Amino acid sequence: MTNTINEVEDAKAIFVIGSNTTENHPVIGYRIKRAVKKGAKLIVADPRRIELCDYADVFLQLKPGTNIALLNAMAHVILKEGLADEEFIKARTENFDALKATVEKYTPEYAEKITGVPAENIIRAARIYAEAETASILYTMGVTQHTTGTDNVLSIANLALLTGNIGKPFSGVNPLRGQNNVQGACDMGALPDVFTGYQSVTDEKARAKFTQAWGVELSGTPGLTVTEMFSAAENRDIRAMYIMGENPYLSDPDSSHVRYCMEQLEFLVVQDLFLTETAKYADVVLPAVSWAEKEGTFVNTERRVQKVNQALKPRGKAKADWQIINEIGKRLGFGWNYRCAEDIFTEIAALTPSYAGINYERLGVTGINWPCPTEDHPGTPILHVGKFSRGLGRFSAVEHQDPAEKPDEDFPFLLTTGRVLYHYHTGTMTRRSKGLRKVLNEELMEINPHDAKALKLQESDLVKVSSRRGEVKSKVRITDRVPRGVVFMTFHFKETAANLLTSSHSCPTAKIPELKVTAVRVEKA
Amino acid sequence: MERRRILLCAGTGCISSGSLAVKEALLNELEKRGIADQFEIVTSGCHGFCEQGPIVIVHPEDIFYCRVQAEDVPELVEEYLVNGRVVDRLLFKDPISGEAVKNHMEIGFYAKQSRRVLHNCGVIDPENVDEYLAQGGYEGLKNALQMSPVEVIEEVKKSGLRGRGGAGFPTGLKWEFTYKAQGDKKYVVCNADEGDPGAFMDRSVLEGDPHAVIEGMLIAAYAIGADEGYVYVRAEYPLAIKRLRLAIEAANRLGYLGKNIMGTDFSFQLKIKEGAGAFVCGEETALLASIEGERGMPRPRPPFPANSGLWGKPTCLNNVETFANIPLIFRIGVEEYTKVGTERSKGTKIFALTGKINNTGLAEVPMGITMREIIFDIGGGIKGGKKFKAVQIGGPSGGCLPEEQLDLPVDYDSLTAAGAMMGSGGLVIMDEETCMVDLARFFLTFTQKESCGKCTPCREGTKRMLEILERITQGNGEDGDLEMLEELATTIKDSSLCGLGQTAPNPVLSTLRYFREEYEEHIYEKKCRAGVCTNLVSYFILPDKCVGCTVCARNCPVNAISGERKAPHEIDQSVCIKCGVCYEKCKFDAIILK
Amino acid sequence: MTKVNITINGQQLEVDASMTILEAAESAGIEIPTFCHDPELTRVGACRICVVEVAGARNLPAACTTPVSEGMVIETESERVIKARRVNLQLIWANHPQDCLTCEKTGSCKLQDYSYRYNVTGSPYQGEAKVFELDNTNPFFFRDLNKCIYCGKCVRKCFEVNGAGAIEFMYRGFNSKVTTAFDVPLEESSCVMCGMCVDVCPVGALTPLQGLHNNRPWEVEKVLTTCPYCGCGCTYYLHVKNDKIVGLTPNFEGPLKGHMCVKGRFGWDFVDSPDRLKTPLIKKDGEFVEATWDEALDLVASKFKEVRAQYGPDAIAGLSSARTTNEENYLFQKLLRSLGTNNVDHCARL
Ligand SMILES: Cc1cc2nc3c(=O)[nH]c(=O)nc-3n(C[C@H](O)[C@H](O)[C@H](O)COP(=O)(O)O)c2cc1C
Ligand code: SF4
Ligand code: SF4
Ligand code: SF4
Repeated sequence: MTNTINEVEDAKAIFVIGSNTTENHPVIGYRIKRAVKKGAKLIVADPRRIELCDYADVFLQLKPGTNIALLNAMAHVILKEGLADEEFIKARTENFDALKATVEKYTPEYAEKITGVPAENIIRAARIYAEAETASILYTMGVTQHTTGTDNVLSIANLALLTGNIGKPFSGVNPLRGQNNVQGACDMGALPDVFTGYQSVTDEKARAKFTQAWGVELSGTPGLTVTEMFSAAENRDIRAMYIMGENPYLSDPDSSHVRYCMEQLEFLVVQDLFLTETAKYADVVLPAVSWAEKEGTFVNTERRVQKVNQALKPRGKAKADWQIINEIGKRLGFGWNYRCAEDIFTEIAALTPSYAGINYERLGVTGINWPCPTEDHPGTPILHVGKFSRGLGRFSAVEHQDPAEKPDEDFPFLLTTGRVLYHYHTGTMTRRSKGLRKVLNEELMEINPHDAKALKLQESDLVKVSSRRGEVKSKVRITDRVPRGVVFMTFHFKETAANLLTSSHSCPTAKIPELKVTAVRVEKA
Repeated sequence: MERRRILLCAGTGCISSGSLAVKEALLNELEKRGIADQFEIVTSGCHGFCEQGPIVIVHPEDIFYCRVQAEDVPELVEEYLVNGRVVDRLLFKDPISGEAVKNHMEIGFYAKQSRRVLHNCGVIDPENVDEYLAQGGYEGLKNALQMSPVEVIEEVKKSGLRGRGGAGFPTGLKWEFTYKAQGDKKYVVCNADEGDPGAFMDRSVLEGDPHAVIEGMLIAAYAIGADEGYVYVRAEYPLAIKRLRLAIEAANRLGYLGKNIMGTDFSFQLKIKEGAGAFVCGEETALLASIEGERGMPRPRPPFPANSGLWGKPTCLNNVETFANIPLIFRIGVEEYTKVGTERSKGTKIFALTGKINNTGLAEVPMGITMREIIFDIGGGIKGGKKFKAVQIGGPSGGCLPEEQLDLPVDYDSLTAAGAMMGSGGLVIMDEETCMVDLARFFLTFTQKESCGKCTPCREGTKRMLEILERITQGNGEDGDLEMLEELATTIKDSSLCGLGQTAPNPVLSTLRYFREEYEEHIYEKKCRAGVCTNLVSYFILPDKCVGCTVCARNCPVNAISGERKAPHEIDQSVCIKCGVCYEKCKFDAIILK
Repeated sequence: MTKVNITINGQQLEVDASMTILEAAESAGIEIPTFCHDPELTRVGACRICVVEVAGARNLPAACTTPVSEGMVIETESERVIKARRVNLQLIWANHPQDCLTCEKTGSCKLQDYSYRYNVTGSPYQGEAKVFELDNTNPFFFRDLNKCIYCGKCVRKCFEVNGAGAIEFMYRGFNSKVTTAFDVPLEESSCVMCGMCVDVCPVGALTPLQGLHNNRPWEVEKVLTTCPYCGCGCTYYLHVKNDKIVGLTPNFEGPLKGHMCVKGRFGWDFVDSPDRLKTPLIKKDGEFVEATWDEALDLVASKFKEVRAQYGPDAIAGLSSARTTNEENYLFQKLLRSLGTNNVDHCARL
């Protein structure tokens, strides 16, 4: 997020796109509802009629996979009605003309044809967003999990640049990170192309710095992304894999393919709390401890580094992940000897400019937002104040593209996936919680009443859902939260693993799979 | 030829006693005789004398007929309207002298009144704005619009007008606070919730002279800088709502409401909000919460509505009667206005007289009049020639004043000092057959039931006070109960959040102050002198009056009465269940209550 | 900021004009009891336990809602104040189950604390006591409205902070009650089980089921940590007793002010799920067999070396985790990169 969670509450306008915030980021959901009570205008763009729609001034119910058309049309309206922040554009951005040229043809009427959103609503939304003194955009996987994921994000940024809604309080471009420490994992360089703090592996200087600090030779070629890794395993380019605390079998698209790829590996190590569906394919399983049994730090979606402290002794012989990696490192002859998490953090701070000023002691009860370059720096709740990290903010000219999968006669429904309030991700944790299990312990695929009627379905009936890649059985919940022709499933339940259906088509730049659009068939089981 | 004007009361009271049927009969009768064009029949608002309704007044002679029914109409038309012979049997009879009174203003009930706020009520057709205009309507507004807002506020301050909704807060000061409060938007709100049981002055004003309230609100809006207003009326007042709605439409039509009022750049729109009728919704902050769509629960003050009212905006909230005073001030001027009233309470106050009194109804009196004048001159004294015992003033959380306080001038400060309060103007008169402990219990039952439940002392404390009073009236009072009552009362008054809780103990405290011995009799002697608390009364047979007819013994359901025929009987107190059958059956007044 | 001069309990103070009496007293280290006050919620002045005596005022105003003003002279513990507080406490007790011995709230209950402070041992008022049925329909906490003191904090938390608006005041007078719309059990209401109401209830009316009868405040150690679920990053204190988690208190001083959702607030019990992996496993002939750490780690290291030697470093890949700590992610990528490959990723995109 460029801004903080609490700022959302005082924004004058909020544009939520592709985020079922009240269920997936409940605390941020609370802030949005509070903002509305304080008089903020709310725009919600989502294929589903999510809870926030009840609070929205405009609900843009777009067809899955049509974000860019919608966003470009909003930009079109903003420009046409003279609502853009000329001064901001002049002083702080570049490539404006390209944007202008591209959005020219995205009239609200044109976008209506693509998105299914009435032109007048697009106009209203554009006005609300552009006319507000401060406007914040919040988005999540509904924007990124598309073949056009990167372009989607760029067109969101366009809106913020057009209206100067960035680099000041109560505004910004705010991706809500799904998991507790996605932000941290990225910051720490658990990505194929960067070291910590987004220092590129192709950057000689950065590489030299890490080579020197770590005392090893480092590769300057960016590595493979998750989906690429599995394909490489299929081709036997990858022979050994180390998976820590993830369950790609359930979380990644096209599960049967994932499983096939894992089976091709010569050696698979999985490190987890439980014998997950993925761990079952491992050659070695290493027992790790939960967050309550170890020390360390997480970074939340607003870039706040916060402390994790050990409350319990490790269960059985399980060890903290860092201890296990440390042991492997030792055995690989890297000469490591970390005694505690803090040792590691000190090294991180030394090698990562945006973390340089942070240490455990400073984190206290509130944590610190990075960038925090020095020990007397208070942290940076709002990014890009006065200046973008890259200098000028660059407009991107992006065009709408149809999603990779389209419904057809055989697979007439669009499946979109996500989460619900009471569960989390692949359910490894939440489904082991007694209370949460009691509230909900099975998939209830959402289907529109019209479609249900056509298929002669009653509430809780069992259906077979199949795609070009696989099939699952699920119970249904009949609800007009989903429009006609769209069905919704979570990926919390291994019994109804939705990712057996999804495809691994992904965005060419960010390599994010198109989990939000899969063509499926629904039949009464 | 000048048409004669027949005023037919169409207030809620008279309508329910049949005035609309009278109107129809009258129209038919006149039509039948072909003389309809000689008369103008006007349905007016309330005359205040509802108990005597339906009321018909014929002008210009000002003959006052009461309790007129449809079947009386042919006679009335034939005798009076055609032949000029006054129909005696339909005239008002003075309750004391028993004499018939012909003219309106000769009736005791009206003679001592000073009908200034009510001057249009019962005189004009409230559904016809022209009649309001003919009486000088909207002249006050015209005058006010020629002043600056600050000057308008000054006038109201000089008029000495104080809030008629209960607390008596100086209206001009309230306006000044609202005027000075910062806000991009301001509201004027009229409190027409009128929750006091038995009170109906606000209803009568709205039904009889709705434009006066609108005009008052307009002047307030102009003074404080508001462009929007609400009248919060209880939904149980359908007629008031209807007339107000018609009046708002008319005012909009004539440009008294809406944009650029009377050619100025002052604009004001007025809406009606119907309240669901909880008593506490009359409390100003609860009322505002209710308009906002929330549960009607009081909010802490400060902030006062003047600073943060409806939707957090500065809001001037006044009572119906308060607003109805405003046009008068601006029409006749402050000097004239302040001629009536006392030093610190100016103008008049409307009271609803009820209870054991001969003339019940609505009376507008000058401030400073004594309670005795209200009760005995206007009210015509106690019903059935019984003895006056107490008057409860100020609604369910007002106080009870005894005989000794009857010469108290009726104004805000004297009443408060005496342990009562002006309140919204309910007056309940009690005679010797009222038990003061039971009365206190009765009022507390009401306030406890109406407590909004928000704050501890009011929600829990009034319940415990009520339980103690119930115990006492049931004959289970104990030593220490009075002290406990007083302790609870003090804490509830001291620490409750809103006016309801802060005043709920008043009926108990004032009766304890003036009638403590009655409480003590209940507790220590297990006696209720008024004979109201059934557990505490005993029936006795007076041997010298008893003729031994045996009726009582035969009717007693538990055979508690024994005695020889033609010899005095006797009641066995240990068997008697106090059903009172014997008392009712005895033809010789030989059975008494003690 | 304009300042005003006031006197509290004889102490002269200069304070911000925007303060309430409660805030001013707090700034001077004077503690005024409160039940219904919560700095982040609308001020309602409902419980009246914070009433104080202000010279010249007719009644005892509530400290939590009354702003200070120039020259104000305040007594927070005068005889009149104490009497009002005592009577109000006694009024609460007249209607409150006297089962502190087994009440989950003992030790952290404000009703107990203030009764102790003002030496209130019970209630002199006899009479009707309310009897409400226990609502234990949801798996996370139960509602015992017999203990409710009507502070309304739960109502405001739920409406103002969460937005669920699941609970409200209902009925009037003595029959008033804090309950759901139509008075149905919580589970059938719009409640989303965030537990924020539970965490603000000053008494034992709302009680978590986790740790029941095993969570006395003086027995537990409280450890500050960060939620392992979504990216909001709520922080809270785990209550630990005998190496088990028995409860949780949100971090009210944290950036998110102690707001949480059902997963973080109640979904931590997976920690001691019986199927936790407790020892390393090595697959032999398609079956997992338990192994020692040395066996397992040696095997991993030697396999990595072997693959690297045979196919080069880029034949190894690692999936790190958005669930583990920074330190672990750091070390993980360092390990892979030290092996000579950049094949490291995690499921940020999922
Ligand atoms: C429990 C309670 C009920 C009240 N009911 C009414 C009412 O029905 N009508 C009214 O005008 N004022 C009522 N009030 C007084 C209002 O709170 C407020 O003081 C008044 O409307 C202000 O108008 P005024 O200044 O013109 O009197 C009530 C107050 C309390 C505490
Ligand atoms: S005094 Fe009574 S009516 Fe007023 S807020 Fe308190 S409980 Fe509600
Ligand atoms: S648990 Fe959360 S949603 Fe449910 S009543 Fe309490 S505050 Fe409201
Ligand atoms: S349940 Fe608890 S928090 Fe809610 S009103 Fe009652 S005492 Fe207050």
